Amino acid sequence: MRLMNISKLLLISTAGVMSAILSLAALGADSLKIGFVYVSPIGDAGWTYQHDQGRLQMEEALGGKVETKYIESVPEGGESERVIRQFATDGYGLVFTTSFGYMNPTIKVAKQFPKVVFEHATGYKSAKNVGTYVARFYEGRYLAGIVAGKMTKSNVAGYVAAFPIPEVLRGINAFTLGMRSVNPDATVKVIWVNSWFDPGREREAADVFIAQGADVVTHHTDSTAVVQAAEEAGVWSVGYHSDMSKYGPKSHLTAATHHWGDYYTKVAEEVMGGNWASTDIWWGIKEGMIKLAPLNQAVPEDVAKHVAEKEAAIKDGSLHPFQGPIKNQAGEEVVAAGTALTDEDLLKMEWYVEGVEGKLPK
Amino acid sequence: MTETMVGILLATLGAGTPLVFAALGELVTEKSGVLNLGVEGMMIVGAVCGFAVAAESENLWLGVVMSVFAGAGMALLFGILTLTFQANQVAAGLALTIFGIGLSAYIGLDYTSVALTGIQQIHVPVLSDIPVIGPLIFSLDPLLYLSFVAFGAITYFLYKTKTGLLLRAVGESPESAVSLGYPVIAIRYMAVLFGGAMAGLGGAYLALVYTPLWVEAMTAGRGWIALALVVFSTWRPARVMVGAYLFGGVTIIQFHVQGFGVDIPSQLLSMLPYLATIVVLVLISRDINTIRLNAPASLGKAYHPSV
Repeated sequence: MRLMNISKLLLISTAGVMSAILSLAALGADSLKIGFVYVSPIGDAGWTYQHDQGRLQMEEALGGKVETKYIESVPEGGESERVIRQFATDGYGLVFTTSFGYMNPTIKVAKQFPKVVFEHATGYKSAKNVGTYVARFYEGRYLAGIVAGKMTKSNVAGYVAAFPIPEVLRGINAFTLGMRSVNPDATVKVIWVNSWFDPGREREAADVFIAQGADVVTHHTDSTAVVQAAEEAGVWSVGYHSDMSKYGPKSHLTAATHHWGDYYTKVAEEVMGGNWASTDIWWGIKEGMIKLAPLNQAVPEDVAKHVAEKEAAIKDGSLHPFQGPIKNQAGEEVVAAGTALTDEDLLKMEWYVEGVEGKLPK
Repeated sequence: MTETMVGILLATLGAGTPLVFAALGELVTEKSGVLNLGVEGMMIVGAVCGFAVAAESENLWLGVVMSVFAGAGMALLFGILTLTFQANQVAAGLALTIFGIGLSAYIGLDYTSVALTGIQQIHVPVLSDIPVIGPLIFSLDPLLYLSFVAFGAITYFLYKTKTGLLLRAVGESPESAVSLGYPVIAIRYMAVLFGGAMAGLGGAYLALVYTPLWVEAMTAGRGWIALALVVFSTWRPARVMVGAYLFGGVTIIQFHVQGFGVDIPSQLLSMLPYLATIVVLVLISRDINTIRLNAPASLGKAYHPSV
C-alpha cells in the first residue's frame, strides 16, 4: 500500500514538474488544477466512489477549464499531510480532502499555502482558505425509513452501525422516525460492529438481525455485505452511500445516496472566478447532495407516491425529519411540537429516539 | 428459541471456518519448525485470486482451486526466502503479509464491482428436514464439510502416520532428522506449501462463500487471529477447532446480545471474542508439560544444512 502511494506520489510530482514546464511554455492557458485526497480505494460503491463520481461530474461540467488528479487509499493522519502538501507545492489551486481524519493536516498545510483553497469534508475546523462541507445524510435516511416502515411485516428493522458518533446516530434516529411516521409499531435494533469496514462482521450482524426476526436490514458501514446477506436470506435491505441494488436485485428497497458533483463544480467555478470564500456547507435533499436511489419494483405505487410527497416537503422546507414532537427512549418529549432540532443540536446528537431498541454505548 | 439457537450455531460454524482453514494450515507449517507470519497475506491473496477466477470463468470451484494455488504460491515465495536462502522467518513472514495486502489490492482492481452468487449449501435429501440436526449437519456448504475433513485428515496424518511423525521430528530437531537421512528442507517446503494452500482456502471461504464479494483488506485481521489460535491451542488440532468456533461463536453471541438490546457497552462486547478465546485456551492448555510436549522445539529457527 505504502509502496503504491509512493509510486503514485512520484508519478504526481513528475506530472507536476512536467505540467509546470508545459504551463510556462503556454502562458495564459491557465486551467485550474484540482486535487482530491481519498481515504479508501474508489471501488464500485461507497463513500469514496461517490466523491469520485462528483469529481467526474465536475470535470464534465467544466470541460478543459479544470484538470483533476486524485490519490486514493491515503491513511488519515501524518501520511495525508504529505499528500496534501504535495498537491499544494505542485501548483494545485484547489484541494478537496474527503475524510474526517484529514481535518488537522488540511488546516496545517493550509496555513503554509495561503493562496491555495482547501475544502474539507465532514470536519468542523475551517480557516480563511479552508471551507468545510458535509451532507444532510439523515434526510435520505428518513425517506428510506418510510419505505422500510411500509414494507416491513415483522415491524422490526436491523441497523448495522460502525461507531456511536453523532453522524451515525442522526442516521439511526432519522431512519427510525421515518419508519414510525408510517408504522408506529416499528422498532429498530442496532448492532455496533466497531469498525467502518469489515465485510465479515457486517454480514454476521445482518444475519443476527434476520435470525432475531428483522425483515429489513440497513447499515452505516462501508461494504455491501449487509445488502448481500439480505438478498440471500430473502429479506429487504436499504443501502447506503451508493445505489447497491446490483448486490441485492431482489432485496434492495432503496438507498440514501450522496452526490457531491454540483458542489464541486460550484466551488471550482468560484475559485476560478476569484469570488470563493470559506463557508461551512451543509446541503441536503433540497440542493441534490442527498438523493434516494430508485425504489425497488416491489414497492407499491402508493408508497412511492407518499415518499415522493415527503421528499418534496423536505425540499420546500415544510418537513424537517427532526420535527417535534419527538420522544426519546424513556418516552420523554425532547423536541416539542411545532419546533425542530437546530443544526447545532443535530451536530451534537447523543441519544436515541423512541423506537430504537437497546442502550446507546457511552 | 430452538430456531435462534440453531441460527447461532450455524452462524458460529460460518464465522469460525475461515479461521479453521488458516489455523490448521499454519499448525502443520509450525509443526515442521517453520513460523510463517504471512497467514493474513496468503489468505487475502487466496481470496482475491479465487474471486477473480470465479468471476471470469463463472465457475466457483475453479475459483476455490485457484485460491489454493495462490495461497501455496505465496507460501512458496516464503519458502524460497526462508528455507533456501535462510532469511529470518519473522521478518519474511511480516513482509509476506504486507506484500500480500498490496498485491491483492492490485489484482483486485477490476473486481471490486463484481457481484457473485456464492457457493450454496448442500441439502441432503430427507435428512436435512430433521429439526435441529438437519440444518446443523445435513445442509451446510461444501467447504464447511471440507474443513471437517481437513481436521480429521490432519489429526490422523500428524499423529497416526509415519510421515506425520517425521514432520513433527523435523520440527523438534532437524539435526537428528537429517542425521537419520531425511530431507529436512524438502519436508519443510511441503509443510509451508500446505499451510499456504490452507490459508488460501480460508480466503476462498470468505470471498466465495461467506461474503461473496471482493473488497480490499476484506480478511480484516483474520489471518492474525488464526496465528494466535495456533499458539494458544498449544499446537493441537482439536483445540484449534475449539478456539476457532469459540471465537466465531462469541462474536455472534455478542451481536445477538446487542440485537436484544442488553445494556452492556458494545465496545466491551467487541472485545469479548478475543478475551474469551484467549482465556479458555490458556486455561485448558495451562499445563507447562503439555506445552513443552506440543510446542515444536525448533520453531522459527532457520536450519543450516551445512552445520
